[in-house]
Amino acid sequence: MTDAALKKTPLYDEHVRLGAKMIPFGDWIMPVQYSGIIDEHQAVRKNVGVFDISHMGQLVATGPRVGAWLNEMLTNNIEKLDVGTGQYTFLLNDRGGIIDDLIVYRTGPESFLLVVNASRVDEDFAWLQKHLGDNGTLENRSAEYGGLAIQGPRIIELLQSLVGKDAELPARNQIKDFDFGGTRLTIARTGYTGEDGVEVFFAARDAAKVWSGILEKGKDLGIRPCGLGSRDTLRLEMCYPLNGSDLSPEHNPIEAGLGFFVDLKKPKFVGREVLTAAKENGTVNRLVAFRMKSKGPPPRPHYSVWREGERIGEVTSGSLSPSLNEGIGMAYVASGHAKIGTEIEIEVRDRKLPAVIEKKPLYKKS
Amino acid sequence: MNVPDDLRYAESHEWVRVEGDNARVGITDHAQAELTDVVYVELPKVGAKATAKGQIAVVESVKAASDIYAPVTGTVVEVNKALEENPALVNTDPFGEGWIFMLKMDSPEEVKQLKDAAGYRTQIG
Repeated sequence: MTDAALKKTPLYDEHVRLGAKMIPFGDWIMPVQYSGIIDEHQAVRKNVGVFDISHMGQLVATGPRVGAWLNEMLTNNIEKLDVGTGQYTFLLNDRGGIIDDLIVYRTGPESFLLVVNASRVDEDFAWLQKHLGDNGTLENRSAEYGGLAIQGPRIIELLQSLVGKDAELPARNQIKDFDFGGTRLTIARTGYTGEDGVEVFFAARDAAKVWSGILEKGKDLGIRPCGLGSRDTLRLEMCYPLNGSDLSPEHNPIEAGLGFFVDLKKPKFVGREVLTAAKENGTVNRLVAFRMKSKGPPPRPHYSVWREGERIGEVTSGSLSPSLNEGIGMAYVASGHAKIGTEIEIEVRDRKLPAVIEKKPLYKKS
Repeated sequence: MNVPDDLRYAESHEWVRVEGDNARVGITDHAQAELTDVVYVELPKVGAKATAKGQIAVVESVKAASDIYAPVTGTVVEVNKALEENPALVNTDPFGEGWIFMLKMDSPEEVKQLKDAAGYRTQIG
């Protein structure tokens, strides 16, 4: 695909103006970095950073029976959600494989917002639509919304300067509407970095105004515009999975070590039988986090994982960790080798370099 | 973008400084800016044979690993050990402290086939 055929977010011109390096990302052209991945990463860990997430998808489900129906389509338990709260959950195929990981918010007694991965919007929508029947209505509103993730320890100061000192901000996993100079901001206290932060959604036509407003208000707080590069290193340090790399239709949430977001007590949901069996009998492979034991080349996706001369798996995500200054990654390995503390080797070009399986997350705030 | 006049350039963004029969090699300012934060350099072995346009080293940024090609044919006689401790020298001083390896050229004439500064400037726009 040529760059011209790629989709642009409503902030494309802003990114170019700031000198961002733009790269293709699925169907989109997105900023990978502005000042540098390490600099942006540190800004989020120490101060605050803002990411364009306008490419992410928004599906809206409404109707009196739609909650009960969604509860049979998603793995986590929607009945636990009060109005104004959300949860991380999975959309599975009939084999229990992961179509998408997403956050579902109950925005009203009979309405739900699903925030889904950019690369899966059409697939998620088609799969849900196919199963919807007369249980309610489902709309793909992705094109109407712009979105920003604002992440970092100085988020509260920034938000208060944006929507007012007295505004009561949403608690973790809550979602709430605010006014910013006549623009409605839907703010959810969530993120993909391990820092305190929010994801903000608004009408696409107001994107430049919101973006500039945030950068302006954040100036004294050390704010940085951040690209996909630091988004990836930040989430990898926390071992948050990336769909398409760590998650795929060939893997289920139990294998990925994400059973916490699957409620097997629910009587019925797509993939339940496969996941129940996986939970009871164990899985062939397991997604583990690892750390390189010495300085050297960072691990990368598709590198082989070895133990005592046997190939036991493959890296799905890998990078240098800017916070730890060492190579880190995640890999699917044969379950018998998945124990924390297991010594493994990562094959980098023609060498096998020592690594060790670690507890998730790999980075903990000091 | 800095493109020193006294160097020669390969299309694959390596520079060459001729020092007698030897060619000192690094990557250009343009290349380091494109790669960004260099976090690891896989140096060739001293004594390794290098073929012009053949892969000889690897420069890794946070995001990706990129192959580095020998601009001319020869034998590796020296590598920049300083990069083992401080790979970011490739970013901060690409034409100086950030050099990567030195080749003893089989045929010093081969350098003339590389671009001059003006030609490389045209290439990178």
